[in-house]
Amino acid sequence: MEIFLQQLINGITLGSIYGLIAIGYTMVFGIIGMVNFAHGDVFMVSAFIALIFFLVLTTWLGIASVALALFLVLIIAMVLTGLLSWSIERIAYRPLRGSFRLAPLISAIGMSIVLSNFIQVAQGPRNKPTPPMVRDVIVLTDSNGYAVTLSYKQIIIMVTTAVLLAAFWYVVQKTPLGRAQRACEQDRKMAALLGVNVDRTISLTFVMGAALAAVAGTMYLMYYGVVNFSDGFVPGVKAFTAAVLGGIGSLPGAVLGGLLIGLIETFWSGYFSIDYKDVAAFSILAIVLIFMPQGILGRPEVEKV
Amino acid sequence: MTSVTNGTGSPLLAVRGVKTFYGNIIALKGVDVDVHAGEIVTLIGANGAGKSTLMMTIFGSPQAREGAILYEGRDITRMPPHEIARLRIAQSPEGRRIFPRMTVLENLQMGAGLDDLKYFDEDVEKMFTLFPRLKERIGQRGGTLSGGEQQMLAIARALMARPKLLMLDEPSLGLAPLIVKQIFDAIKELNRSQGLTVFLVEQNAYHALKLAHRAYVMVNGVITMSGSGRELLESPEVRAAYLEGGRH
Repeated sequence: MEIFLQQLINGITLGSIYGLIAIGYTMVFGIIGMVNFAHGDVFMVSAFIALIFFLVLTTWLGIASVALALFLVLIIAMVLTGLLSWSIERIAYRPLRGSFRLAPLISAIGMSIVLSNFIQVAQGPRNKPTPPMVRDVIVLTDSNGYAVTLSYKQIIIMVTTAVLLAAFWYVVQKTPLGRAQRACEQDRKMAALLGVNVDRTISLTFVMGAALAAVAGTMYLMYYGVVNFSDGFVPGVKAFTAAVLGGIGSLPGAVLGGLLIGLIETFWSGYFSIDYKDVAAFSILAIVLIFMPQGILGRPEVEKV
Repeated sequence: MTSVTNGTGSPLLAVRGVKTFYGNIIALKGVDVDVHAGEIVTLIGANGAGKSTLMMTIFGSPQAREGAILYEGRDITRMPPHEIARLRIAQSPEGRRIFPRMTVLENLQMGAGLDDLKYFDEDVEKMFTLFPRLKERIGQRGGTLSGGEQQMLAIARALMARPKLLMLDEPSLGLAPLIVKQIFDAIKELNRSQGLTVFLVEQNAYHALKLAHRAYVMVNGVITMSGSGRELLESPEVRAAYLEGGRH
């Protein structure tokens, strides 16, 4: 029971991070039908941005409050990562729009390699540690020498994720920008006929996805305390898996998929073998896709015309 | 070939020698069309004549490879579609293109996007008066509407943009005669009371010619005839090609 509770907490934390990254995949796929393979690396770069600015703010500028520093780091990382993703779309994807379907995909893989190699060269190949940011832990139960803990870090991650998802949901469902995004997703040509600037809407979609990835990157850095140039790959693939599991193109699906992947991974690690946690996550994906090819919340391809 | 110019001064919309291609296939072979402010102009022709292509070419999607499209005297041939929409040209396109996973209300909001929904409440009431059916369906997703309801929604969505020029591509397609009459009456009324300029593409030649001030006939990407609606209604060629075999 204690293990269950502990792994549940850990799983939701990890799943929140995956869910945040997964939204970037699912939104971009929804609007232009492309898998943005560079998104995982955008996430990794955002963690480096967070690391650098955390050190700058705390050591050079002498901000003593960790909470304030973290908040500022989060904002800076969101803005800069958004800018990065905007540039990537302009340089690597937009010129290829209207080209054959695989072209932007190959370009995205190229961008992924560029980003991870750039960070490897600029920041070095070793793990970059941060000083521990938040240490406090709440002990929930303590019996038989096994303490179930909920750390402040985990609370921050869950709360930040929940707040941002709610804000994001509001933007997509209730604002003109969100309406334009959904219109472009459903019929880009018709959206243009109604005065929607499709290119701009697509750019903003990339920016929004990247901003959420930057939240995930900052949280990842805070949670694990280290980041490495290759950290874009595995979390990126897991988040993409989460998006597919939840039903690619579906926003609630991305969050649900992220939570599921996080939970599967942590429960498998807790009860069976930590070495095989990825095998477990991907096996579940394979099984789900056999029975639900469009993912859990994805919509079937058939549509009344 | 008969030719009549009804309006005065320069036309609101002028299509000049427009050629449009799909890849290497020519779809419009040099088309000239004038639409004057306050007119209802119709373009009739058989399936595949290029009527819808002309509508989309006016909207810059696809762009004309040769020739020019002038709107209020301004060259819009190379303008992107969303900027053309901002000139208050609205279109109810071929196939209706309702956003299937948006509600009726959201589809109408998309139409009113140019003004940030400033006139939304006022205009949406007008649409519900025009098409009471839409009011009953307000929270329903576009993709679940019947063909006729989708057609009404497409026209209403175009009107929500407060257009100066309304372009309708086969608004009568797939509709019951009574609803066709209702829609054509609505067009006539908007034209009469608000001076709305309408460019109407139709296969339903009889109703379109009766409604229109002026009309063009298109065959294989070329305008073969033009004149007043009445002239074309009475023309033997038009009667033989488009009207005999049932007035519906």
